[in-house]
Amino acid sequence: MNLKTRLFGQSYAFQSVKDVLAKANEVKSGDILAGIAAGNAAERIAAKQVLSELTLEDLRHNPVVPLEEDEVSRVIDGDVNEPVYSEIKNWTVAKLREHILASETTGGDLRRLSRGFTSEMVAAAAKLMSNLDLILGASKIINSAHCNTTIGVPGTLASRLQPNHPTDSAEGILASVQEGLAYGVGDAVIGLNPVDDSVPATIRSLEKLYDFVTEWKVPTQICVLAHITTQVKALRQGAPVQCLFQSIAGTEAANNAFGVTREILDDAYAAGLKLGRATGPNIMYFETGQGSELSSEGHLGADQVTLEARCYGLARHYKPYLVNTVVGFIGPEYLYDNRQVIRAGLEDHFMGKLTGIPMGCDACYTNHMKADQNDIENLAGLLAAAGCTYFMGVPMGDDVMLNYQCTSYHDVATLREVFRLRPLQEFELWLESMGIMENGKLTSRAGDATIFAR
Amino acid sequence: MALEDNIRTIVEQVIGELDRRRGPAGDSPQPATAVPAGEGMELSDLSGVDLQRYLQVPNPVNRLHYEEMKLSTPARLGVWRCGTRPLTDTLLRFRADHAVAQDSVMGEVSADFIAKMNMVAVQTLCQDKDEYLTRPDLGRRLGNDALEQIRQACPKGAQVQIVVADGLSSKAAEANVPDLLPALIQGLSSVGVKCNPPLFIKYARVAVMDVIGEELQPQAAVILIGERPGLGTAESLSAYIGYHPRAGMLESERTVLSNIHRGGTPAAEAGAHLSTLVKKILDAKASGVKLEG
Repeated sequence: MNLKTRLFGQSYAFQSVKDVLAKANEVKSGDILAGIAAGNAAERIAAKQVLSELTLEDLRHNPVVPLEEDEVSRVIDGDVNEPVYSEIKNWTVAKLREHILASETTGGDLRRLSRGFTSEMVAAAAKLMSNLDLILGASKIINSAHCNTTIGVPGTLASRLQPNHPTDSAEGILASVQEGLAYGVGDAVIGLNPVDDSVPATIRSLEKLYDFVTEWKVPTQICVLAHITTQVKALRQGAPVQCLFQSIAGTEAANNAFGVTREILDDAYAAGLKLGRATGPNIMYFETGQGSELSSEGHLGADQVTLEARCYGLARHYKPYLVNTVVGFIGPEYLYDNRQVIRAGLEDHFMGKLTGIPMGCDACYTNHMKADQNDIENLAGLLAAAGCTYFMGVPMGDDVMLNYQCTSYHDVATLREVFRLRPLQEFELWLESMGIMENGKLTSRAGDATIFAR
Repeated sequence: MALEDNIRTIVEQVIGELDRRRGPAGDSPQPATAVPAGEGMELSDLSGVDLQRYLQVPNPVNRLHYEEMKLSTPARLGVWRCGTRPLTDTLLRFRADHAVAQDSVMGEVSADFIAKMNMVAVQTLCQDKDEYLTRPDLGRRLGNDALEQIRQACPKGAQVQIVVADGLSSKAAEANVPDLLPALIQGLSSVGVKCNPPLFIKYARVAVMDVIGEELQPQAAVILIGERPGLGTAESLSAYIGYHPRAGMLESERTVLSNIHRGGTPAAEAGAHLSTLVKKILDAKASGVKLEG
C-alpha cells in the first residue's frame, strides 16, 4: 500500500488510508472545520491519485473506525458477501470507477458487486468521480422495494408528502395532506415530522393519517417521524404503524448522540415486522446527511463523505423501503454554499444507490446558507436525471415547522413532466380514479385540495 | 405566585414609559421606501398580503372549506398553478420572504443602535460574517483585547450579566432589544436583583456565555441572541440563561426561552417573563435540566 505521491514536482505523503480519504474529498466546510481537509487544491488531487491506486482490500482492512471500536463498522463488514469480495479485492479504486462507468456494465452487475463492498469502497469511488460520473453511475442502478406500494421502478419518480405543522394541529396537517395529494404528491410516504415527540401525540397523528388514507383508499404508506423508540412504544400500544423511521449516523458514537444503537434498530425492525400494518417486507425509513457525525462530536476524525456512505451501509442491513439524505439542512459550517450542497447531493444519491438501497433526497437549504430555491431546483433536476427514487413535497417548499426550504408539490409535478416520469403505479391509478391525473399529466382539477371535501 | 403577578405590572410600566419616550405618534418607525423621482404610484407591498386569507384557486369545489383549511395552518396552501409551476405573485412572495431572511443573516447590528442601548460592544475571534457562519468554535471565544474591554466595563461577581448578540439575525436584536432590555432590567430590579451593564458581542455563539462566566463570574448570565430566520419571520430572538456559567458547561444546563418576536412572545412580555425566570434560577441556584429536575 503506497500512501505517497509526487505532483508537479512536489512530494505528498499521507498518514493513513483515513487521511487519504479525507483529503481526497471535494471542498466541504465540514471537513475544514474538522481540520482534516486537504490544505490546498493540489494536495486534494494528490490524495485522489493515491486513493485511485489503493485496492479494495486496502479499504476493507482500514475502515475509518476500527471494527473493535464501532458497531457500525462491524455491521457493514459482517454484511459483505465473501465470494463477491474475493473477485474484486485486488481491484484498484481507479478500476472500480471505470468499471462502474463502462457501457458494458449493467445495473444488475453493479447490484451484484455491491454485495462485496464496504462503505469505504463506495465512498472511495465517489471521491474519484466528477458530478456527471455520479449521475451516470447512479442512473444505471435500480433498487426497488415494497412496503404497501413498490418504489424504485424505472420510469417512476415518487415523493414524500411532508405535511408539517408548528403545533401538530390535526386539521392543519390534513389540509397540507389534501393539497399535496391534489398535486399527485405522497406516493413514497406521507411522513410527518412531529413537534411533540411523545407517545400519545405520535399515536394521535398516526391515527389521523391512517384514517384519512384508509377512508380515501390512498395506496401509500404513512409515518410519524418521532424517535424510533417512541414509534415502537406507539406500535406496541396498537397504533397503526406502517413504516418505522430513524435518523442514523455513520459511527456508533454519533448514533449514541441520536439515542440509537444497533440493538434498538434490531428490536424496532423485528417489532415492525411483527406488529406493523404494512404489507412489507420493506418497512424501514432512514434519514441521513453529511456532517451529522461532526455536529454530534462523533466523527472520530473521519471525513463526512465516508461517514455518510457508512450510514447507507448500516441502513442496508435493515432492507429499508426509504432512505434519503437531508442534504442542505445542517448548515453552512458543514456544507457552505450551493456548490457544496449540490456536490453532496449527487455524492449521497450515488453512494446510496451503489450500496443497494432505494435512495431519495431532501434537496433543501436553510436561510443561513449561501443557497436559494434556484440552487435546490438545480440539484433536483440533476438528481432526477440520475434516477433519484423520490423527493420531498412541501407546500411551496416552505416547511413551517422545521423552518427550512425544500422541494415543493409543484416541483415534484414539474420534475415528472420534464423528465417524463410517472408516480408509482398503484398511486397513479388512484390519482386517475380521483380525476387528478390523466395519461401522466395533471388535470384541470389538480391543485384544488377541496376535492376531498365531504 | 406573587412573582408572576408582577409580570403584568412590569410590562405595563415599561410599555407606558416607552410610549411616552416615543411621543404621541407611538408607532415603531416605518421602513423608508425608495420612490424613484418622477414616477407615479408605488405598487402595493407584496409582504402586506395576509397569505392565510389569500386563496388563489380560481374555482375550488368548496371555497368556504378551503378558506377554513388555510386558516388551520401557516403552510402556503391554495396557491394554484400555471401548468405545474406556481403563479408569479406566489413565487415573488416566496422570494421576498427568503430575501429578508438572508439580509437579516448577513446584515450587521448598527453602531448607533448599540450606543443607544448603552451597551459595551466587543467582538469574538470571528473576523467577519462568513467566518462566523463556518467556524462556530471561533464564535465561542474572545481575544485578549475583548477580554480587557469587558473587564474594564463590568465588575466581577455581579448577580446577573446580560449579553446581547447578533447571532443569525441582526434584525432580531434590533426589533426586540429596545423593549425587552428595559423590561428585564426593571423586572429584576423590582425584586432586588442587580445587573452589570449589558454587553453586546458581535459574531457570538450561545456558548460565549461560558467565557463571560470565567471572566466576570456573575451568578447568572443571560444571552439574548438572534435565531436563524425562517420564512415566517426574520425577527425571532432567543434567550439562554445559565446559572454559574463556566467553561465546559453542558447545553442542557441552560434554560431557553425562544420565539421572542411580535408574532410569538412579544419583547416586553418576554423581558418581564425572563426577569421572573432569572430570579427563580438565582433562588434555585440551578438552570436548565437541573432547574426542572
